[in-house]
Amino acid sequence: MSSSDSRDPTGFAMALLNKLAQTSALDKLGLRKPAERAVFEATKTGFRTAGHVNRAFARKRRKGGTPARVASAPRKGIFDLTPTEDEQMLVDAVTEFAAKVLRPAAAEANESCRATDDVLRSGVEIGLPILAVPEDLGGISTERSAMAGTLVAEALAKGDMGLAVACLAPGAVSTALSLWGSDEQQATYLPAFTGDDVPAAALAITEPGPLFDPLDLATTAVRDGDGYVLNGVKSLVPRGADAELFIVGAILEDRPALFLVESATKGLTIEAEPSMGLRAAALSRVALKNVRVGSIALLGDTDAEAYTDCVRLSRLAWCALSIGTAQAVLDYVIPYVNEREAFGEPISNRQSVAFMVANIGIELQGMRLVTYKAASRAAQGKSFDREVALARRLCAEYGMKIGNDGVQLLGGHGFVKEHPVERWYRDLRAIGLIEGGVLV
Amino acid sequence: MINLETPKKFRPLIGQAHQVAVNLLRPNSRKYDLLEHAYPKELDMLAAMIDGMSDSGASTGAGASGVRRSEEEPEDDRVKNGSNLASVLSIIEMCWGDVGLLLSMPRQGLGNSAIASVANDEQHERFDGLWASMAITEPGTGSDSANIATTAVLDGDDYVLNGEKIFVTAGDRCDAVVVWATLDKELGRAAIKSFVVPKGTPGMNVERLEHKLGIRSSDTATIRFENCRVPKDNLLGSPDVDAQQGFAGAMATFDNTRPLVAAMAIGCARASLELTKDLLAEAGVTIDYDRPALTQSAAAATFLQMEADWEAAYLLTLQAAWMADNRQPNSLEASMAKAKAGRVGSDVTLRCVELAGSIGYSEHELLEKWSRDSKILDIFEGTQQIQQLIVARRLLGKSSAELK
Repeated sequence: MSSSDSRDPTGFAMALLNKLAQTSALDKLGLRKPAERAVFEATKTGFRTAGHVNRAFARKRRKGGTPARVASAPRKGIFDLTPTEDEQMLVDAVTEFAAKVLRPAAAEANESCRATDDVLRSGVEIGLPILAVPEDLGGISTERSAMAGTLVAEALAKGDMGLAVACLAPGAVSTALSLWGSDEQQATYLPAFTGDDVPAAALAITEPGPLFDPLDLATTAVRDGDGYVLNGVKSLVPRGADAELFIVGAILEDRPALFLVESATKGLTIEAEPSMGLRAAALSRVALKNVRVGSIALLGDTDAEAYTDCVRLSRLAWCALSIGTAQAVLDYVIPYVNEREAFGEPISNRQSVAFMVANIGIELQGMRLVTYKAASRAAQGKSFDREVALARRLCAEYGMKIGNDGVQLLGGHGFVKEHPVERWYRDLRAIGLIEGGVLV
Repeated sequence: MINLETPKKFRPLIGQAHQVAVNLLRPNSRKYDLLEHAYPKELDMLAAMIDGMSDSGASTGAGASGVRRSEEEPEDDRVKNGSNLASVLSIIEMCWGDVGLLLSMPRQGLGNSAIASVANDEQHERFDGLWASMAITEPGTGSDSANIATTAVLDGDDYVLNGEKIFVTAGDRCDAVVVWATLDKELGRAAIKSFVVPKGTPGMNVERLEHKLGIRSSDTATIRFENCRVPKDNLLGSPDVDAQQGFAGAMATFDNTRPLVAAMAIGCARASLELTKDLLAEAGVTIDYDRPALTQSAAAATFLQMEADWEAAYLLTLQAAWMADNRQPNSLEASMAKAKAGRVGSDVTLRCVELAGSIGYSEHELLEKWSRDSKILDIFEGTQQIQQLIVARRLLGKSSAELK
């Protein structure tokens, strides 16, 4: 109920009746147990658990060494919309992965609120977690790969956005370590991501609450000896229950900063947070209560530079995801409206239908070009705050509209789960509000 | 390599165009808006300067004629940034100055683009230096340009033209008009050809000039053709009536000119955005790119959405021009650019008037003028609805018979 609603006596009786009816119906039909199990399965981890414990990240004492960083992409000065050969090869491989692995697994993953181990393993095999990791540290990156990452995220989300997020979540952490990690942090954490047994990991920025602003966090970090104590709650964290390493955004001395938090740290608890969409990404809340981390935990600077770039690059990744899913909508509705007949002819012979398709095409290409511009600027080491902001506005606004129109074009058939458009409708709504989770 | 920055080599061109806009167009903007139908004589000097720049090669082929696609095979498969992109970028700057005055620029008419697009080399040379306007629309035919009634009948070495054309931009001031006429109405769209008719040809009369909502510095003429004879060599392209080729040839002009009109809308809207941003800053509203729009003021959030839509329109337009430069078919992208830029142009300029309040609505500033000027850009060279039809047909794989 919203705050303006109140229950009068009749309302109370109805609420009670509702409860009784549910109870007796469930019991009479023997449905109580299955119903409970469904709730349990959907939330997977039960109500609240401690962080996943699997491995220990052995500290590599190399303090003071030089971290590995890749250089910016070259600046050619020519307007060009052609991907490089390397990027094209990557996109082709990921497109096939998205079509053959993600799309067929999407409906089931949506129901079970998780990606299967097979899917996640395949994602690791095609190199998603090491895309932005420098070659010197076991990755494949020789120059700043924001553009490649954008193209890859787009291609993945054409298969399924929820699964794309699940597959990309560890890469967000390895990318952040590559971009801002110290020598010690890279030596301690990156080897796990470049090996065969890649841990689940997540970038946790979003917090629960209306009008969330990632520059104005409620989560705090306070210096304590040579370490920090963190308090706060993070929301919509992908694969939180399985994650072994988090990067958490928190305010340190009035400025937002990034902190590495291992899941086994005392005071960290996880709660499943099934949401409207992105269910395959196993979204979670991560609560930090007096979580004490060492001096190694602070990732990047304390001037909010790394943090702000992180927020921007994460938004960029979400834009890329929205483009992929919006393209999936367009590719799906075109044959549908051409084949579906009403009043004796294909419904696409009508302007009201055809113009909706045209506008999906127009706005989608606009979203794509502005996102690419932001990505190429990021890769070239130019400022990209403006471009990311504009891309995000477009992708939030028109991504939602494309999801909405996708369902509308299928009519009642769009509303049922026989078609994937209702899932895309739910997934595309995330773009305007979600922060963190993915990174390019 | 994907890169959507303004090409380095066009920066001097853009700088020049911007100087023209600042020093010549803006100072005359209000004057000729109020003095509708007065000839903006300041532009003659400017046109001479632009011609000089073309001759010196400094303009890299920008302008209305910059849309010509060379028949020669490109010497290599490297990515080109050529005259289509240059034209779009310079038009954006000029229309940041004034759309109406850009449309009144001698020798920069849409007819020049048509000649550049479909003329053979002999014609291209013969009509070089002419200021050519474009006459398509008729009193009974607007968007349905395949249905035109103006006729051209071959008589000896001449075609004889009969009919009435309206909404001819620069129709009074130009040196020649590119007229669409049908060789045989029975044969449908394939029989529609374009003819270059020099001013002063007997039988061609400018009947009146329109009084308009915007672009008032640009003259919009009604021209009547009565037994108007033009040499048959003035038919642009091939005189054959080929069901496959005919109309497509004439329509191909639009693939080149639509990005130019989109560029006009982008330039005009940018003028509104820039001034509005300054006015908002004076009122204490600044735009923060990093904070979510919804946590900022409604004015800032509105501005962010407008700027985002503008950026999409801008890049769609650059894309269409870039494809033309690289000899890729761009009908779909040209129409996408025109559709987006056309509606963004109107939306942005009108909303900026609202944000600026009475300063926006009164003639103290040019905001109200820009919101009048921009409206035509969502209409001519194919309305919003025509662009959507084209985009829809392309995406859905439909003919004009199936999707009417």
